[in-house]
Amino acid sequence: MTLTLNHYLFVSGLLFAIGFAGVMLRRNIIIIFMCLELMLNAANLSLVAFSRFNLVNGLPNYNAQVLVFFIITVAAAEVAVGLAIIVALFRARQTTHVEDINSLKF
Amino acid sequence: MSPILFYIFAAMTLVFAVAVVANRNPVASALSLVVSFLGLAALFVGLDAYFIAVIQVLVYAGAVMVLFLFIIMLLNIQAEERRKINVPAYAAGGLVTVAFIAQLWFVLQKFELGKTAFAPLAEKHVDDVRNVGNTLFSTHNLPFQVIGVLILVATIGVVVLSKRELK
Repeated sequence: MTLTLNHYLFVSGLLFAIGFAGVMLRRNIIIIFMCLELMLNAANLSLVAFSRFNLVNGLPNYNAQVLVFFIITVAAAEVAVGLAIIVALFRARQTTHVEDINSLKF
Repeated sequence: MSPILFYIFAAMTLVFAVAVVANRNPVASALSLVVSFLGLAALFVGLDAYFIAVIQVLVYAGAVMVLFLFIIMLLNIQAEERRKINVPAYAAGGLVTVAFIAQLWFVLQKFELGKTAFAPLAEKHVDDVRNVGNTLFSTHNLPFQVIGVLILVATIGVVVLSKRELK
């Protein structure tokens, strides 16, 4: 049996679903943040799979890989800012539990 | 990539991703995330995206995870104590996830193009980094510069957020 595009897309979708489940089910803000990273990586996996699938002159489509590079860069910036916000939040409230942080909740 | 290697690395990625969600201790979650990212990097190698695989290991498994572990250590977070779980919220989250997976399965069943195997590359060894670099600096030069500005803004934002007193 050979590998097809669908194999990679299914793994990517499952990874996204796991990250999504983590965001929905966990109540620790740091774990929620890690699950966001998982979801970004799931998108990267399908981009790279499509890049390898749609060959241009016998080479992978490098536009997709450049997009993945941009996603990784933005994700790194996002992690830095997000963790700074978490630290500021922890200083103000002494908690990382999202149910204790509900000032903006309607 | 041989199917056996694909299944090994895909299983590694998914199992440790589940471990990230299931672990009660944030340090264990962060370390599981490292292993999951390494598995993903191996999948990228299998797709002949060597540059992306190396970047994945350096940036995610390296820099980002060190940042996560550093923050967990800095905040001195212990394993979560058990709280009364909100049953409707858990049920809804689980239901949406299961619905998403089912939908994915049915869509992929109907996606005929995706059932064809990957075509072989023209050359055995592609000059991956050079090709990505060429595309990055010619076709996508403007976005690249914008990303530089974004990183600068993020750096300034982090410095401002980390000041002792937020006025």
